[in-house]
Amino acid sequence: MSKHTISDKSDISIVLCGAAGQGIQTVEQFLTHILHEAGYYVAALKEYMSRVRGGTNSTEIRISSDKVKAYVDRIDIFIPFNKTAISRQRKRITKDTLIIGEPENILHELDAKEYNIVEISWTKIAEEIGHRIYSNTIAAGVITKLFNIDDELGKKYLRDRFANKSDEIVKKNIEAFLKGNEIANEIAKSKGIEIKIKPKKKTEKEIMVNGADIVGMGAIAGGCNFICSYPMSPSTGVLNFLAKHSADFDILVEQAEDEIAAINAGLGAAYAGARAMVTTSGGGFALMSEGISLSGMIETPIVIHIAQRPGPATGLPTRTEQGDLELALYSGHGDFPRIILAPGKLKDAFYITQEAFNLAEKFQVPVIILTDQFFVDLYYNIPSLDLSNVSIDKHIIKTEEGYQRYKLTKNGISPRGIPGFGDGLVRADSDEHDEDGFITEDLDNTRVKMVEKRLKKLEEVKKNVIPPDLIGGKDYETLVIGWGSTCNAITEALTSLGDKSISFLHFKQVYPLHEKTKEYLEKAKNLIIVENNVTSQFGKLIKLYTDLEIENKILKFTGMPFSVEELTEKIKKAVEDKK
Amino acid sequence: MSKKTNRFDMGDIDISWCPGCGDYQILTTLQETLVELDIQPKDLVMVSGIGQAAKIPQYLKCNYFNGLHGRSLPPAWAIKAANPNLVVIAESGDGCSYGEGGNHFIHTVRRNPDITNIVHNNMIYGLTKGQASPTSRIGMKTGVQVEGVILDPFNPLTIAIGLDASFVARTYAGDTKHMKEMMKQAIQHKGYALLDILQPCVSFNKLNTYQWFKERVYYLEESHDPTDRFEALRRASEVEKFPLGIFYVKDKPTFLEKHDLYQKSSEPLYIRERDLKKFAKKFL
Repeated sequence: MSKHTISDKSDISIVLCGAAGQGIQTVEQFLTHILHEAGYYVAALKEYMSRVRGGTNSTEIRISSDKVKAYVDRIDIFIPFNKTAISRQRKRITKDTLIIGEPENILHELDAKEYNIVEISWTKIAEEIGHRIYSNTIAAGVITKLFNIDDELGKKYLRDRFANKSDEIVKKNIEAFLKGNEIANEIAKSKGIEIKIKPKKKTEKEIMVNGADIVGMGAIAGGCNFICSYPMSPSTGVLNFLAKHSADFDILVEQAEDEIAAINAGLGAAYAGARAMVTTSGGGFALMSEGISLSGMIETPIVIHIAQRPGPATGLPTRTEQGDLELALYSGHGDFPRIILAPGKLKDAFYITQEAFNLAEKFQVPVIILTDQFFVDLYYNIPSLDLSNVSIDKHIIKTEEGYQRYKLTKNGISPRGIPGFGDGLVRADSDEHDEDGFITEDLDNTRVKMVEKRLKKLEEVKKNVIPPDLIGGKDYETLVIGWGSTCNAITEALTSLGDKSISFLHFKQVYPLHEKTKEYLEKAKNLIIVENNVTSQFGKLIKLYTDLEIENKILKFTGMPFSVEELTEKIKKAVEDKK
Repeated sequence: MSKKTNRFDMGDIDISWCPGCGDYQILTTLQETLVELDIQPKDLVMVSGIGQAAKIPQYLKCNYFNGLHGRSLPPAWAIKAANPNLVVIAESGDGCSYGEGGNHFIHTVRRNPDITNIVHNNMIYGLTKGQASPTSRIGMKTGVQVEGVILDPFNPLTIAIGLDASFVARTYAGDTKHMKEMMKQAIQHKGYALLDILQPCVSFNKLNTYQWFKERVYYLEESHDPTDRFEALRRASEVEKFPLGIFYVKDKPTFLEKHDLYQKSSEPLYIRERDLKKFAKKFL
């Protein structure tokens, strides 16, 4: 018996594909949990249609003995749940792909003689156990056994998961799971599969998180105690997360009637001393524009999380893109400082969101966190978070009589009082105002001083920019530039290329740019920018502030994230073309 | 009470309202009401949007949040939610409150925060110099509605009562005694209180003048039962004449009484400390 090709891999990609509501999520949760518990590095990456039922969605689960966190095109094990699954993923399926599923979901598309197909009628088997619903548990049982994972982990998971259900349901699920194990043994034998991925050494504690949850955790650790938002895919996960933990951490969570209300409520709460946040996507953020400007004018801190999706207008609600950088950068009329952050790794999203609240308070400016659908739905294990340097910096003073909210200071930052704390009166005015906060039309004096005061804060902000990460050697010939969620895919592509002359500069603060940006770029002979949008919005920003034009652009705007393979190939080609 | 002794009075300041504007009566009456209710300037936050009426916080000695046009209510309930010890009054004109801010009006009624919402209703846009407002009467000619207004006027009272608002009243800027009584009741009411104030605009509204209002306003009878929602709705629906008084009162839990956050502690949010040890225990 010849060995199946997946036997020798140290990194396996499993894709589950089917209609919304068919249970892909159940299987995904089961597998990620168990594989994590068993000590593997696990990453789950989702793509789904904008509908509640039907359609064809998929989840890619990567299992490895290394830290893999990016999307790959390659499918090692494919599990179709419906008839359209194979056609939807056709270009990713090769003769090496092990396809496991109901014959009726496979054979109309693929020839059993040419492809590596294992036909299992799990619906029928599930019905024999008691109900077709158990077919998902059978599927999970098959996969876990292929990885030789201890039965007890699976049984424990099922007991915990169905703890509120009847003993009968727990029993039937365990029966289905063990049946899946049996089937896996048969498959392993007939196909010559012997997966050898080694679980990682359990030296440090790891947590399994997704992008939305880690942003929410960052917000909690940043002292966020007020979130008002209007639900909008793909940003709502953060609102859900904070709502779920609101009772434990004293967070006021309110669903607004619209995004305009959300940001104005956030600013009202912040004016009165709350640490406020809103979460939205591009369309909702567009509605918040005037509120962003208000934040700039009344110098009231607010943290805005934008989970980007492709536009214009409704665009592709459940897909991904990095197309709202310019919207974030230019939203709101008039001139005022702002900060824009864009985490690339899940771990970074925690520290960045945490810090966003401190930055907003310190500089009294709006702070925008840009993620995207790919990032918020991305799920993998990270080392437990280190809180030793995490602090919640409050920049609120107790006011005295005669307090001036907009007192002119050397660096433009006025000590911030809040109503009801001290004897002073706190006046916030969206009109141009004097130091007291009273409306003014003193054009030559007060107006000029106030404009300068607000912009001086930008100079202070610039002293606190998060530096970009240089991944790779310092003596590079080619520098690949990326920002936000493309971080893991670019890093993995460069690892697979193994060319020491290529390094990667990842920006997790995209505005203002770090002062060393130009220096980093000028050192390279060849610059390549990678962005999940069509016009290279970050490239334009770099050009604006460094006067350096990055001609070599790798852009993707299909609504899907970059895969490691396509980036590897495109970066390789870009480097070769230059030689 | 003499104007000078009022602790909310700003003294000799430049006020941008036209001579004879009803806003002056509203301002003076509000200052007197606040003193009589024993409210201190540092405990009061006035929240407004944009427009001539929305300038009122600037003319009162107090904390204020003079925000965006149409957006007085979202910051108002949020300020109260961040610090329930503050007295919060959202005050703006009819364009700001019922036009630009119409959606917030509807949903703030549903939310029932413990705030007072005072609306200067002069049936015209003043600051933009005389266009129709949501409450303008059909037929009123303006620079934009050159053939006269063709849209039915917005009735804030029937809408609020329809939404089961917890307090709905109307008064008239030409009767400061009645206005003060209504302000007192509205501010003291626990929950969202709408006080619509009919107010002539002497510069731009040549239709709804002092004389016009004088001929049309009258007082709800003492026998009016403000807990009778359908009767309240019927009286608020009158269009030829304008009854004044408290149309509707409904005793119901406020936003914060329904929210978990203040059930275990009455501390404002800024005082509460985040427990990072608890965070570590929960998530790490």
